[in-house]
Amino acid sequence: MRAWFFSENAYHLLPDAREYDSIRVKLPNRYYDPKIGADLYHRFIDEWLLAEELGLEIMVNEHHQTATNVNPSAAVVMGALGRVTRSARLLILGNPIANRREPVRVAEEMAMVDVYSRGRLECGFVRGVPYEMSAGNHRPTHMMERFWEAHDLIVKAWTSHDGPFNWEGKYFHHRQVNIWPRPYQEPHPPIWITALSPSSAREVGARGYTVACFLTGFEGTKTVFDSYRERRAELGLPAAPRERFAYAALVYTGDTDAEGYAGARKLMWYLESNKVPPQFTSPPGYHPIASTVNAMKGATPGIYKMFQNPTLEGLMEHGLVFAGNPDSVYRQIMRMYEHVGGFGQLLMMSQAGFLDHEETVKGMQMFSREVYPRLKELR
Amino acid sequence: MSGWLTVQDVQLECVERGHGRPILWLHGEEGLDHEAPVLDRLAAHGHLLAPSHPGFGHSPEAASIDAVDDLAYLYLDLLAQQDARDAVVIGCSLGGWIAAEMAVKCTERVARLILIAPLGIKVGDRETRDIPDIFALHPDEVLRLQYHDPARARLDHAALSDDRLTVIARNREATALYAWEPYFHDPKLRRRLHRITVPTLLLWGADDRFVTADCYGAAYRDAIPGAGLETIPGAGHFPHLEQPEALAERVRAFALA
Repeated sequence: MRAWFFSENAYHLLPDAREYDSIRVKLPNRYYDPKIGADLYHRFIDEWLLAEELGLEIMVNEHHQTATNVNPSAAVVMGALGRVTRSARLLILGNPIANRREPVRVAEEMAMVDVYSRGRLECGFVRGVPYEMSAGNHRPTHMMERFWEAHDLIVKAWTSHDGPFNWEGKYFHHRQVNIWPRPYQEPHPPIWITALSPSSAREVGARGYTVACFLTGFEGTKTVFDSYRERRAELGLPAAPRERFAYAALVYTGDTDAEGYAGARKLMWYLESNKVPPQFTSPPGYHPIASTVNAMKGATPGIYKMFQNPTLEGLMEHGLVFAGNPDSVYRQIMRMYEHVGGFGQLLMMSQAGFLDHEETVKGMQMFSREVYPRLKELR
Repeated sequence: MSGWLTVQDVQLECVERGHGRPILWLHGEEGLDHEAPVLDRLAAHGHLLAPSHPGFGHSPEAASIDAVDDLAYLYLDLLAQQDARDAVVIGCSLGGWIAAEMAVKCTERVARLILIAPLGIKVGDRETRDIPDIFALHPDEVLRLQYHDPARARLDHAALSDDRLTVIARNREATALYAWEPYFHDPKLRRRLHRITVPTLLLWGADDRFVTADCYGAAYRDAIPGAGLETIPGAGHFPHLEQPEALAERVRAFALA
């Protein structure tokens, strides 16, 4: 198993949440102090560098118009990391390509990072969370159709080496596509795609990309991984190796369970601070009609209750948090591993909110020294 | 009674009532309520056709249709299919935008045009949002802006059938399909409204806080040669829901007398 250190680069120094109605989309950026922001950026880059030093891989994502994640361009920070790291794989998970106006630009940026890093990029494509729709003014209907057209255009741009090709699709038009540079890796960087539903998992499975689940817990993750595997079997394709399956959880390892739990409670800032009004959580067309109807009736699936009033016990019970002493963390990860039929990539959200630099480093060190060697043997 | 129509391979759920002069009712983003009293009142004066636009109500989405421009051509085709000669076309809000887009293309089969608080034009400058962003406002605030009596407009979702909830969700999704960007307007429509040469009446709820008669309504009226603008007391953005009798009477007096 490979483990990835992932930090959302939050700007956590906010006023009392009673003073604003949304941490996303409309929180005024007067609350953001660029001098503090600069210190935070450098601190987070230091932590990614430390991850490499500890033998962990590096993961970056992007969000827009939110204090929960001040990385509106994953390509920018990964460009910097591509220069200053030497050996870690560099995962962007990911590029919200249904929301980007120019897929060719994404193909160029990703090729650049791949060349900078001499072929260490792992390129993720994501649909993006619902709050991204207003932030980017992107129409939330028919998103997956737009997503796959963008994907097809990007892959073709990466793999065409004989001069311009033409693209006049439903969503994107580009008559002279001929990117410089081309990717370092052949035929292109490995592709990762996040999936929350069986239908999207089937699409990813058919293509054999790495599928990633974020905080989907035991049952949600199993459903996605099973759908991926079933689709490949239906198509007569070879079974995918474990490294095609990724799971993201909040992870904090301490000397003791008490220390691990204390760190995990600070990581819960991700869930606790996510104050967002209904118009941004359910843009029309984002969720399937049947789910919207259930939500209108007030039915909330069990796992989503976790997000409304998170408790550490509940999150651990559902497999959203792995925390405690090294043996505990190992056992919890293996419980998920066994439940979902194995996975080869552990995406660790291991920095958040008020977890300071020393605490973050402690959790990373404990994990990489005491837990990771046992997980690596799973390969 | 309601049934189905097929226009150029596009399937439309459609309320069809009454006899005589064709009356085409184009619903807005609120969707079509088959039981709405205004429909019967209009059907007393002619042959009412009230389709649900593709994606709204129970009408399936259509692969060929994802913009108001497409809807305008679809309903011009419907008038031709009906061989309408002197149709009265009525549209409310999003439906008013569709009706205006039809009329700038062709009024050959249209005798009277009635636009009820139509959307579709850009009035202010680029930093002035003419139409409040319903996708970024709390649902309660949207009700406050759109209704004379918001408390009566609020729905208790727990009391509604799955079918009704499905229609509400589909209506909202279809609204996003047609009106997300540019937001509820066609940047070129205002300069084309001069092409409308049939008698046109703009009707506006006096308490419409969503788009006001004084600003948005006046801009629409000024762009259509000879158009009149009347307000209806006790109504917000959807006067056919809050004052169906008064609305139907204005329509009758202007177009069906």
